[in-house]
Amino acid sequence: MANISTNEFKGGVKIMLDGEPCNILENEYVKPGKGQAFNRVKLKKLVSGKTIEKTFKSGESFEGADVMDMELSYLYTDGEFWHFMNNESFEQIAADDKAVGDAVKWLVENDSCTITLWNGTPIAVTPPNFVELAITETDPGLKGDTAGTGGKPATLSTGAVVRVPLFVQTGEVVKVDTRSGEYASRAQK
Amino acid sequence: MPAIQGTIMPYEPSNDWQPTADIATLKQRANIIADIRQFFAQRNVMEVETPQLSNASVSDFHMRVFETEFNDPTSPHARTMYLQTSPEYAMKRLLCAGSGPIYQIAKAFRNEEAGKHHNPEFTMLEWYRPDFNHSQLMDELDDLMQQVVGCEKAQRMSYQAAFILYLSIDPLTASLSALQQKGSELGYEHICQHELDRDTILQLLFSHEIEPKIANERPCFIDGFPASQAALARISKEDERVAERFELYFKGIELANGFHELAHVEEQRQRFNADNSLRKNNDLPSVAIDELFLSALEVGLPDCAGVAVGIDRLVMLALDKPNISQVLAFNHRNA
Repeated sequence: MANISTNEFKGGVKIMLDGEPCNILENEYVKPGKGQAFNRVKLKKLVSGKTIEKTFKSGESFEGADVMDMELSYLYTDGEFWHFMNNESFEQIAADDKAVGDAVKWLVENDSCTITLWNGTPIAVTPPNFVELAITETDPGLKGDTAGTGGKPATLSTGAVVRVPLFVQTGEVVKVDTRSGEYASRAQK
Repeated sequence: MPAIQGTIMPYEPSNDWQPTADIATLKQRANIIADIRQFFAQRNVMEVETPQLSNASVSDFHMRVFETEFNDPTSPHARTMYLQTSPEYAMKRLLCAGSGPIYQIAKAFRNEEAGKHHNPEFTMLEWYRPDFNHSQLMDELDDLMQQVVGCEKAQRMSYQAAFILYLSIDPLTASLSALQQKGSELGYEHICQHELDRDTILQLLFSHEIEPKIANERPCFIDGFPASQAALARISKEDERVAERFELYFKGIELANGFHELAHVEEQRQRFNADNSLRKNNDLPSVAIDELFLSALEVGLPDCAGVAVGIDRLVMLALDKPNISQVLAFNHRNA
């Protein structure tokens, strides 16, 4: 991989830092009128998922990271791996629990997910922004209640727990925003 | 590597013809600059204009200069000329020639500088006061700030006091290893572990750990920079470890840099030579020394203090604009 200098840093550029591929989010140029220039960079570590801030001397170079994103459909899990398929080539890729991480509670069969590959191996799975899941358990709510008054916890088929309005009942399918983990609406059926 | 879809390339030229500042802001900017001219007219400081394109350039290790070729019709060879990084040398030559107090509002150019607070071409206010020391010049800049930006009277703190107060380390006496350790503790081990230049670590700690903590309510002058960061300032007679150099900060912006001006021609020549050896050691081409400037110093620079203020940054502060592009008619991307 080619070396990437701090002045090529911009949103989306991937570099290797401390042995881990990182995605550059922001790059701020800091230079005193008299003195050394620095780049204050916000990066996301792609294996651990952590966002960090780091300062570099301007002009410093880093190895580029061979990282790419692919859109794949979720198929199934065998308990050890989660299997995804490219809908065009029918090629399948298996991701382990480390790569799947928190996304496990939002995986719905046939949903299209973003799989991040580093040197060809999955390191992260990003579910779609919205998923539809059935409620397996929630307390019966009060009749006549309308949305927006606190709500109650509901367990979904994947094990995820979200707060839903009181009128939503066990067995119903709800739409959830996976970025915030919040209830969005009842599913349109 | 595949191109990232939808990523904006911030360094590419823009195809948007519209000004990066809105017209109302440009009107306010014009008023601020008119106020500045009035401020100096009332104090009998003469406005001057000096060349932006000159035959010599600066030797400062951290400064990158724009250069171009002049096709002189009276000469068989093209001649390299440089866009000024500040009007300092030319204005000091006027002082040596007996101009008395002078100011200038001019464009300055610095290569490899672009960001939230930087544009490669920017507007600088620079003025010189014979018979002022740096403390008296700070008073005058404070007056200008209160009148033009409308801020409160500035606070003052020494470079040493700021480091002791915020980082519990004395920048004038701490050893290199103590500075490396302090930097590493604060999360900069990546830079500080192997950094052998004390000033690089001091500049890192100052810009990242002290600047954000000072001057949030009102401007703050920091003076008494280490002698190793003197630039063109005199070394203090009371304490040889510090230079009579100050900077002004406000709301996270470095706004001004001022000196009790070095007038000693041999010391000036030594500093140029030191800059050039530093350049050589870092594989940078050396810079031809500005002999016209040194010849003027030879005749004698009046005892004076001078300061450079970033006008674009001053307008940002006066109008509460977070990005320099918002106060420029056009930034470097759609210039």
